Amino acid sequence: MASAPRPSASKSVTGTRRSVAAGFLLPALLLLGALVVYPIGYSVHRSFFDKSGDSFAGLDNYIELFTDDTILTAVKNNAIWVVLAPTVATALGLIFAVLTERVRWGTAFKLIVFMPMAISMLAAGIIFRLVYEQDPDRGVANAVWVGVHDTFAESSVFPRARPLPVHPVEAAGGGAYVTKEPVRAGEIALLPLVGVAPAQMPGDARPARRPAVEGGRINGTAWLDFTKGGGGKPNVVDAQERGLKGLRIEAVREDGSVAASTSAAADGTFSLPASADGARLRLPASNFREQYNGVEWLGPSLVTPAVIGSYVWMWAGFAMVLIAAGLASVPRELLEAARVDGANEWQVFRRITVPLLAPVLAVVLVTLVINVLKVFDLVFIIAPGSAQDDANVLALQLYRSSFGTDADLGVGSAIAVLLLLLVLPVMAFNIRRMRREARR
Amino acid sequence: MTASNGGGGGSGGGGGSGAGRLGSRIAARAAGGGMRIFLVLVGLFWLMPTVGLLLSSLRGPTDISESGWWQVFTTPAQLTTENYSALLANDTITGSLVSTVLITVPATLLVVVIGSLAGYAFAWLDFPGRDWWFLVVVGLLVVPVQVALVPVSKLFGTIGIFETTLGVVLFHTAFGLPFAIFLLRNFFAEIPRELLEAARLDGAGEIRLFTRVVLPLGGPAIASLGIFQFLWVWNDMLVALIFADSESPPITVALQQQVRQFGNNIDVLAPGAFVSMVIPLVVFFAFQRQFVSGVMAGAVK
Repeated sequence: MASAPRPSASKSVTGTRRSVAAGFLLPALLLLGALVVYPIGYSVHRSFFDKSGDSFAGLDNYIELFTDDTILTAVKNNAIWVVLAPTVATALGLIFAVLTERVRWGTAFKLIVFMPMAISMLAAGIIFRLVYEQDPDRGVANAVWVGVHDTFAESSVFPRARPLPVHPVEAAGGGAYVTKEPVRAGEIALLPLVGVAPAQMPGDARPARRPAVEGGRINGTAWLDFTKGGGGKPNVVDAQERGLKGLRIEAVREDGSVAASTSAAADGTFSLPASADGARLRLPASNFREQYNGVEWLGPSLVTPAVIGSYVWMWAGFAMVLIAAGLASVPRELLEAARVDGANEWQVFRRITVPLLAPVLAVVLVTLVINVLKVFDLVFIIAPGSAQDDANVLALQLYRSSFGTDADLGVGSAIAVLLLLLVLPVMAFNIRRMRREARR
Repeated sequence: MTASNGGGGGSGGGGGSGAGRLGSRIAARAAGGGMRIFLVLVGLFWLMPTVGLLLSSLRGPTDISESGWWQVFTTPAQLTTENYSALLANDTITGSLVSTVLITVPATLLVVVIGSLAGYAFAWLDFPGRDWWFLVVVGLLVVPVQVALVPVSKLFGTIGIFETTLGVVLFHTAFGLPFAIFLLRNFFAEIPRELLEAARLDGAGEIRLFTRVVLPLGGPAIASLGIFQFLWVWNDMLVALIFADSESPPITVALQQQVRQFGNNIDVLAPGAFVSMVIPLVVFFAFQRQFVSGVMAGAVK
C-alpha cells in the first residue's frame, strides 16, 4: 500500500507567494472538483429523486435495491464476490509467494502468474469466454472435464442409433434394444440399426460382412443398415454398409440372466457360444447414451463462480507480489531458529510466517475487496446475454440502470452511493494513516 | 539458539540421530520435488488461457469453429497469420487502435504533468490548509469511477464534450490524479531540503526549481506513475464505453461490440484481443520494476 513512512513535508523553501501555489494546484483541483467531488454530491442528491428526477422519492430508490429481484441478485452476487474472490486470490498468492522463495526459477514463475495483471479485463474476458466455451471440442475447460469424466464413466459409441420397425430388433425400455426372436445356435443373427451420421461412425469401421454359419455357435452381424445415397435394402448387408464396431451385445435368457456377451468387430461380425442358444440378444443402453457434453460453465448456476475464477487468474499475481515483498522482510533468523527447535515447515508457516505477514495480508485483502466491489468488465464480457441477470453485480446493474433503454437514474445513483458507502471505511482508514504519518 | 543446536553448525555426522536426519532429508528432498512439480503445473495452468487465445488467433475460421486450439499440437500446419492480415485490413480495428493511442498518450501525459505540479505544491509550497487539502486527495483515492459516470456524462453534455476524445482524456486524468498526487507528493517530500535551497540561492524561481530539480529527481516515481496510468487507460473499457466517440471507439470498445456475437467471430476477437494486449505486455516486460513499485504504492486504489 502506501510507501514507507515519510518525513513530514516541510515549509516552502522559497516563501512562495500564494498565487504561485494556486497556479501549481489549480489544474488538479479544478479537475478533481468537477469530475470527482461534484459527481459525489450529484449522485447523493439524485438518489433521493424518482426516475424522472422531478419529484422527491425519499429512500424509495434504496429500498428498491433490496426488493427488486434483478438488483437483489446483484447485491447477493457482489456479496459472493467480496467473500470469495479476495480470499482465494490472497490464499493462492500466499502459497505461491512462499513456495517460489525456494526455487531458483521462482522469478519466472512469478512473471507468469503476475502477467495477467498487465492486460485488460476485456482481453481477459475474451480469453475466458474461449476457455469456458460449452462445446468440449472448443472450450478447454469442458475438454478437460469431459476427458476426466469419460475416463471414469464408459462413453457411448452410437448415441442416436436405433432400429427401424422392419428390423428384427425392438426397444426394450431404458434405452436398450432387444431382438424380437430368440437366437439359435448354428443360425445367423442380424442386428441392423440406423441413425448414425457417417461422420459419427468410428474411423476404423469396415464394410459389414455376413459371417459364415458355424455349428454350435451363434454368429451374426451388427451393422449400420443404411446406404449413403440410397439403394440399400433393409435387413440386408449391402455392399457399402459398415459394421457397428464396438457395439456391446448381450445374450439374455428368459429369466433375465446374461448367458454371454461380446462386442462387434470392425466389420460388424460377432460370435457367441452355444450357451446363448435360445436367448435373445440385447443391445444395452450404454451403447446409446447421449454423449457427455460437459458442464454449462456460463449457465445460470455456475456463471458467477466461473467469472470469479477468471478474476482470481488475473489478481492472484498481485497478491503474490505484495506478499513476496512482505516475505522478504521477515527475519530469516526467526524461521531458522524455529526449524532448529524442531518445528516442521507447516508449523513454521502457520505460527511464524503468517502472523508476521498479517499486516501485508490485510492490505492485500482490503485492496482486493475494493477492487472486487467495482468489478464490471469481466462480468459484462464473460457472461453471455442470457446469463447476465444471473451473473449480475452492482457495477453492472449501475451501468444498466443508468444507460440502458429503461434507465432509472434514481436507482443508478442509489447504487453509486451504495458503492461509495462500502468503500468509506477504507477511505477513513487511509486518511487516518496519512494523518499519523504527517504528525510523526 | 537453543539446546538442540548444541553440536554446532549441524555438521551431520555426530550424534545418534544420523538415520533420523537422513530420513528427514530424504523426506525434504521428496517434498521439494513435489513442490517443484506443483509449481510447474500451476505455471502451465496459468499460461494456458493466454496460450489458448494466441493459438486460436493463429488458426483459420473453419478450424476454429470445428475444433479446439490444442489441435495445433498435432497438426501444426493449421497455423496461419490470415486472421491478423484480415484484422489489419479492417478499418474499424486499425482506427480503434489509433483512438486508443489518442486517448492513452494525452491522458498519461496530463496526469504526469498536473499530478507533479500538485505533488510539488503539496510537498514544498506553503499555503493555508495544505495538509487538510492533501487528506482530501488521499480520501479521493478509493472513490469508484462508477460514481461519476452519470453526473459527468450530464456535465460533458452541457459543455459539449460528451462522446469526444477530449472528454475521455479529462475523465481519465481526473481519476488518475489522486493516486498521482499521493505518489508524487510522498516522493518529492524526500528530496533533501538543501538541494532546493541551494538552487533557490542560485536565483532559481519556483518554475525552474520544479523543472530543473524536482522533476529530474522524481524520475523513478514519475516513471512508475506513467506506466501505471498508461496501462490503466489503455486497458479501460467502461469509461470509453460511455464517454468515447461511438464513431471512433478505442480498441476495447470496438472488441466489446464484437463480443455480442461471440461464437462465430473468434477469428476477429482472438487476434483483436491479442493485438490489444501486445502493448501492455511489452510495457509490462520492459518496465517490470516500475510496474511493481507502482502496484505496491497504489495498492489501495
